[in-house]
Amino acid sequence: MAVSEAEKTQADASGRLPENILYFARILRGAGMRVGPSSIVEAVRAVEVAGLTSRDDFYWTLHSIFVTRREDHAVFDEAFRLYWRSRDLVEKMLQMFSPMAAGEREEFEKKAAQSRVSESLFSGQENKKEVEKPQIEIDALLTASGKEVLRKKDFAQMSAAEVTEARLAMSKLMMPVEAVKTRRFEPMNRVHRIDPRRTLASSLKTGGDLVLPKFRRHKRIHPPIVVIADISGSMANYSRTFLHFLHALTEKRQKVHTFLFGTRLTNVTRQLSRKDPDQALAECADAVEDWSGGTRIGANLHEFNLKWSRRVLGQGAIVLLITDGLEREQDDLLEHEIDRLHRSCRRLIWLNPLLRFEGFEVKARGIRTILPHVDEFRPVHSLDALADLCSALSEPADHRHDPRQWLEAIHAQ
Amino acid sequence: MADRTKLPESIDATEALLRDGGYVPDRALATVLYLSLKMQRPLFLEGEAGVGKTEIAKVLSDCLDRPLIRLQCYEGLDVSSAVYEWNYAAQMVEIRMREATGDTNKDAMEAGVFSERFLIKRALLKALEGEAGRAPVLLIDELDRTDEAFEAFLLEILSDYQVTIPELGTIRAEEPPIVIITTNRTREIHDALKRRCLYHWVDYPDAAREMAILNVKAPTAGETLSNEIVAYVQRLREMDLFKNPGVAETLDWATALIELDKLALDPKTVSDTIGVLLKYQDDIARIQSSEGQKLLEEVKSQMRAAE
Repeated sequence: MAVSEAEKTQADASGRLPENILYFARILRGAGMRVGPSSIVEAVRAVEVAGLTSRDDFYWTLHSIFVTRREDHAVFDEAFRLYWRSRDLVEKMLQMFSPMAAGEREEFEKKAAQSRVSESLFSGQENKKEVEKPQIEIDALLTASGKEVLRKKDFAQMSAAEVTEARLAMSKLMMPVEAVKTRRFEPMNRVHRIDPRRTLASSLKTGGDLVLPKFRRHKRIHPPIVVIADISGSMANYSRTFLHFLHALTEKRQKVHTFLFGTRLTNVTRQLSRKDPDQALAECADAVEDWSGGTRIGANLHEFNLKWSRRVLGQGAIVLLITDGLEREQDDLLEHEIDRLHRSCRRLIWLNPLLRFEGFEVKARGIRTILPHVDEFRPVHSLDALADLCSALSEPADHRHDPRQWLEAIHAQ
Repeated sequence: MADRTKLPESIDATEALLRDGGYVPDRALATVLYLSLKMQRPLFLEGEAGVGKTEIAKVLSDCLDRPLIRLQCYEGLDVSSAVYEWNYAAQMVEIRMREATGDTNKDAMEAGVFSERFLIKRALLKALEGEAGRAPVLLIDELDRTDEAFEAFLLEILSDYQVTIPELGTIRAEEPPIVIITTNRTREIHDALKRRCLYHWVDYPDAAREMAILNVKAPTAGETLSNEIVAYVQRLREMDLFKNPGVAETLDWATALIELDKLALDPKTVSDTIGVLLKYQDDIARIQSSEGQKLLEEVKSQMRAAE
């Protein structure tokens, strides 16, 4: 009798624990972590292997399976605290797992506790969705402020014609640095470097009678692109256009990292990698909290340099800085940070939608500060369509894109 | 100690094992390491430079008395330098020899030329050939330095512990190696690869653990000096520097100060030896300004208060 009781408990336990881990995983997924079915199976196995001994070990066991990026640690921590909140729940689980504690099984009111926890967790999520997004229409052209205003934004959906036009424009796009040589080789049919491996393999086809040389050459790839774009009030009119451009660019190229900033820096790379442009833009709008607010270029570049530059600029990336350069803060931070950025990337290209060479008046201090530290300066003459951006980038680099020209113009004034 | 190669049987045993090897782990690391040994899954360690990621593999191979096979990654790393390569020169000689003896049967020639005799084994292939019960520790160091193309090779090896050589067939490990992958996060590793591993972020140690590490690694430092070093470095890490000093730098600094026969920190010594701790000019400039002075005074007064 005692044996069958113990067996029942074990069967019961292996039924309950996986269920709880499954719910927990769902909560993590709901909170935006990438948790697939395979990791749930893994987690159950890991808990079995580690054995349930203490809350701490249980925490780190689940952590090792579910968390695959450092950013997710905070989410996991919070979810763990909430889900396994009642100390009793884990304690009970510990007991259940050992057949010794069979007698106390009846006291366990797991269903109630579990539904309360998940209820509170899931209801919290529904509330979040109800946050309204007011539509803002302000024209803050050529103004800059350092004030932080948090706003949400709605973008108009793409029309079919726009999407077709965008495809066409993107197909013509030539980036300023198109291809770089890698240390990897690819086979080639014309006379070039000898490829010993293929030469020998093919010679064996003839039994070694004929040794015909095969060739290879260095493979060329597109360097990664890192875009740092300004979405402050003064750029508000253009943000839809250049987000659309960035989405198309992300679709076309493999390695594009995108950051948006106004008063704070947001990484929207994952959001922009959505296939559908409307969905991608909507998710961007949700992720960013400071649409059309003030500008703090220096502070944002500082944050980028500190937290991201070593992670995304490692592979010889080119940086595309999209901003009007109107900086409010009057300190040396911007000079210092733009200098650092310039030193850590292959090429720094500044795309400015507000400047025209004719009637050029550089009064803004921010522009004077940034100019000496960029490799190329590309003004965009009008920015109503994505094609304008493409053509600005595709123009071959000549004297008009040399920042020194512009600097001389400043000194001549 | 006949059974040194045996894997630890619990999280506590794992922690003890690392401590015996002179590595001071926290509970989280011991848990993840135990799981990875038990579940035969690669361990994926991410963290800033100098927090002791590579050291884990070294200590593990030492304590478990298993060979350490290290694959240092770099851009352009490919199959022929990471997995295997054919010895072309020897193959050519073999072909000529066979021709000289008139043995030019095509099938026999191909089987003879593409046999294991002419295979040059590189790190990954060697790691699959451990003797039973003594599988090697495979350290794939700084994976973020290779390009994405190389990660694809690893997928087959890490999930099934096997390598496919077209001319020979599939080579499978009798006993899977203990795989430890480290990255400094200069780029993100693809999710497909991370999914096959157990992930752990190696963080800077807290004051107590850093003290323990210092006691193990630099036992000759006096108590006052060790306390001051740890307190100073811990404060530095709160300062939002461009590159925080890692444990490796703390140990280097301690060694430097011991060599200089210092018993306590003073402004001049800190200023003279700061290059051991900080490697960026901006950071050094900040510490050599009044900010650094203030920091040292705070550490000193904190020490006095503790006494």
